[in-house]
Amino acid sequence: MNELIELTAAAAAQRVRAREIDPAELFEAYRARAAADDLNAFTWVAPRAPAGEYPGDAPLAGVPLAVKDLFCTEGVPSQAGSRILEGYRPPYTATVVANLQRAGAPLLGKTNQDEFAMGSSNENSAYGPVLNPWDRARVPGGSSGGSAAAVAAGLAPWAIGTDTGGSIRQPAALCGIVGLKPTYGACSRFGMIAFASSLDQAGPLTRDVTDAALLLAHMVGRDRRDSTSLEFPEAIRVPRAEDLSGIRLGVPEELTGAGGGVEPGVRESFEATLARAEGLGASVEPCRLPHAPHALSAYYLIAPAEASANLARFDGVRYGLREDGEAGLVSMYSQTRSHGFGAEVKRRIMLGTYALSSGYYDAYYGTAQKVRTKIAEDFRTAFERFDFIVTPTSPWTAFALGAKTDDPLAMYLNDFCTVPMPLAGIPAISIPSGLSDGLPVGFQLAGPAFSENRLLDAAHALERAIGFDGSPARRSGESAARG
Amino acid sequence: MLDRAQVLHVARLARLELTEVELERMAAELSHVLEHIEKIRELDLDDVPPTSHVVDVVNVLRHDDPEPSLRRETALRPAPEPVDAGGFGVPSPAAA
Amino acid sequence: MTEYEPVIGLEIHVQLKTRTKMFCGCELSFGDSPNIHTCPVCLGLPGALPVVNERAIRFGMMIGLALGCEIAERSLFHRKNYFYPDLPKGYQISQYDVPLCRGGRLGDVRIHRVHLEEDAAKLNHLGASGRIHGSDRSWVDFNRGGTPLVEIVTEPDIHSPEQAREWLSLLRTTLKQIGVSDVNMEEGSLRCDANVSVRPAGSAVLGTKTELKNMNSFRFLERGVRAEIQRQIGLIEAGEAVVQETLHYDPVSGGITPLRSKEEAHDYRYFPEPDLVPLVATDAMLAAAREALPAELPAERAARFERELGLSAGRARDLAFRADLADYFERALAAGAADGGVDPVELSNWIPQLVERIGSDRDPAESNVAPESLAALATMVKAREVSRDAAREVLSRLVADGGDPRAIVAREGLGALSAEDDGLGELVDRAIASDPAAAEQVRAGNLKAIGPLVGYVMRETKGRADGATITRLIRERVRQAG
Ligand SMILES: [Mg+2]
Ligand SMILES: [Zn+2]
Repeated sequence: MNELIELTAAAAAQRVRAREIDPAELFEAYRARAAADDLNAFTWVAPRAPAGEYPGDAPLAGVPLAVKDLFCTEGVPSQAGSRILEGYRPPYTATVVANLQRAGAPLLGKTNQDEFAMGSSNENSAYGPVLNPWDRARVPGGSSGGSAAAVAAGLAPWAIGTDTGGSIRQPAALCGIVGLKPTYGACSRFGMIAFASSLDQAGPLTRDVTDAALLLAHMVGRDRRDSTSLEFPEAIRVPRAEDLSGIRLGVPEELTGAGGGVEPGVRESFEATLARAEGLGASVEPCRLPHAPHALSAYYLIAPAEASANLARFDGVRYGLREDGEAGLVSMYSQTRSHGFGAEVKRRIMLGTYALSSGYYDAYYGTAQKVRTKIAEDFRTAFERFDFIVTPTSPWTAFALGAKTDDPLAMYLNDFCTVPMPLAGIPAISIPSGLSDGLPVGFQLAGPAFSENRLLDAAHALERAIGFDGSPARRSGESAARG
Repeated sequence: MLDRAQVLHVARLARLELTEVELERMAAELSHVLEHIEKIRELDLDDVPPTSHVVDVVNVLRHDDPEPSLRRETALRPAPEPVDAGGFGVPSPAAA
Repeated sequence: MTEYEPVIGLEIHVQLKTRTKMFCGCELSFGDSPNIHTCPVCLGLPGALPVVNERAIRFGMMIGLALGCEIAERSLFHRKNYFYPDLPKGYQISQYDVPLCRGGRLGDVRIHRVHLEEDAAKLNHLGASGRIHGSDRSWVDFNRGGTPLVEIVTEPDIHSPEQAREWLSLLRTTLKQIGVSDVNMEEGSLRCDANVSVRPAGSAVLGTKTELKNMNSFRFLERGVRAEIQRQIGLIEAGEAVVQETLHYDPVSGGITPLRSKEEAHDYRYFPEPDLVPLVATDAMLAAAREALPAELPAERAARFERELGLSAGRARDLAFRADLADYFERALAAGAADGGVDPVELSNWIPQLVERIGSDRDPAESNVAPESLAALATMVKAREVSRDAAREVLSRLVADGGDPRAIVAREGLGALSAEDDGLGELVDRAIASDPAAAEQVRAGNLKAIGPLVGYVMRETKGRADGATITRLIRERVRQAG
């Protein structure tokens, strides 16, 4: 394997800046691998390196970036994994992507995803499922499955994705990489094709915690085009912590007990990590998040409701697919949308439309918003006693392709441990905690709003202690690239 | 829980056309999911205010200063039915 | 026969005169080439987000304050969901359960609420020509889409078509004066729907109401509402029920037809717009809005005309509800005061005369009649230096050529003949002589018979004599003769 590929993004950036690596060579090394991708992780790969000088002195030093399909990128297909946007090339670039490009990260390609970010397995992409580089018969998780698989397989040094109910953290966990969902408002949503506006956040998917910090540092910031974006109160620092002394970890019974259906292998890895944390000086105690078991229900009302409105713009009038344009307006709308959207998207539009419809609003959407208030309160209370709340990221390791496609509810339960945080708007990170039957397991830490620096430090200390080896997935990607 | 008529009504609101098979399936799946979700209705939430925004800011306003618009060609490029007059063609709402 | 009382409420959409749209930086336009004022936000492109225009909020608050509303401490934007080609996002961002302004009053009509929203785009009809399949086509121009709108909803306090028209005119003047809109009905910057119902006079129960759309002029509003009232009374008298529906008034045919009912009952699925944060009316924002308001609004001006100048309520409103007339009136009043004083009521009587001569849509300030000239004319009439008939003639000349009314009167010999003038006495005698029967009746106390005698004198003097003076002289001379 090309030794460039073995470097973390931060290490590659450092060597580019030291002029030990030619950024054009770095880009081409990844471009070739991405172009030969047989995990179906990419929906578009840059045909060549971007024209002009490589910003070798820029903070991100020409380290190429894989971007989830739903980020609008000017002139480049941005299809959000949907048939209804096939071939759509936006006239503008999402703020987060533009920020990263300005910081010196050239666009390597667009990554596959569940359609409109609705899914936990990447099987809901109109462009085919993504394969997990650890086991090609298994899913990579979702919805940022393409980004996660690409980073895990060494097809990209790093990637960005979006998280609405776990869409960064869960695929990161299933692919054995790091995934961070920032505080709501930390990163601009402008140019992100919306799923659920009050929950969606962009974040990094990287090989390690340092890379996540480096990428995040150039993603955050107030954007005047996004009314809900906020100035990050401090600079994102490179994490240096090597221990957890004085750190209090809370383990919520509600998310780690029997209710969540955590697999034995996942539980084992989780408990081993708690022990490691104690070894690093942390205290570990049970805590309560009484409303957390209801988070999934609230999430599956709020997110589809917002999505039902967000997806109304796909009507065949201004862009994207149009079907049956001769048979009258109403028919044009329903034919276009019925052919353009996949089954899961239709299911959620239906669910969301129903939850908002006359006579049901209070019972469903209104109640879900109140549950949201209680969940945020639960976290606030917990953070009075604890620095971080920790859980397994996903109750399961990567499951077989097709295993849950017939049971939407079973699929939704995948998000059991990841949905409470976006409902409260707080940040959470998933780091690999080891393998279970040869498949990666994720460990999740959640902190109060804008605690990213502390969260990254804690994750960094744990990561060092765990010493997870992600190279088998990269070798798998290597053989794929050759084959 | 959700009967056929309700599913049809919701599908019409959402401008989705479902086949007979999809209709049956949708009714069953949505009912199944709602059955799980409905548990939140048992919570006592009488005095709890709803949360529609997690960010605690108000009055994010923009100065009334013009910014460049898109060129018309750019706006119309992805249009399924651009018309010579310079607009986005659609079936007439007045026609059936 | 039953008497019916119409109950009318208005819903008015006003385009605000900001530079840019409600949620994006595209410039507002009217009549520009299609689709040249669009961007990802107002085209509803994937990933685009709205940001609120600060000036639109200030204008909204100014309207609320001008209408005496309570400005909400905290208000929210909602999404109103429905599909239509002129609505690019599939929802309109509007205000719902917490509007910017509530309550209030303008003139004798209470305001229910005032809220902010975005305008739809413009849908044009293309017809079937040029299409292979021959189906009817339309096309959308998004230039107008996203223009800031304020929706003003009144309470059902209006009880006649005339009152509807007059009140809308007051609203228009008010909005124009505070400078927040062009309020031009023909161009669509002021649009009015009317909710109309009728009930037996004296009944407290409201009848079934219909919503009348598409009245794009003051005249059509009055006519449309009148036609709808007649239609509803007709139905009730025929023993039929009024159906709650949305109706279209065709100003050409005068007909009222139901608007095609949409596919399903309206279910807009309102929910708080997650892309926007709440709006809080700070003291600074309210102060800025208050400061931007003119010192006196039309309704206040009408009250002042009535209270301080003794004008009738109707005349006061006629003037104050048209700022150009009121301004002209006040300038003439000032000129008259400088010239030794003019009677405000007398002066105000001459404004409608002037309007009638220059055309009702023209500003008298742009006519040939200087305000001081009108004041001088009114003063001369009041002092009986010129008769009313002669003064009308003078006004016509002023409208045609301008000039000084005193000079015109002198030059044309239009000055009033006084009672002391022997000529007038002689004329009265001749009138009595010419119609002894009428004179006899007057003498017998039948004052109605005096008409022909007065007419005789008026004719002979070509209107220069004052009617009251002639009457007095006739009665004196008839009595003397008897
Ligand atoms: Mg409206
Ligand atoms: Zn725009």
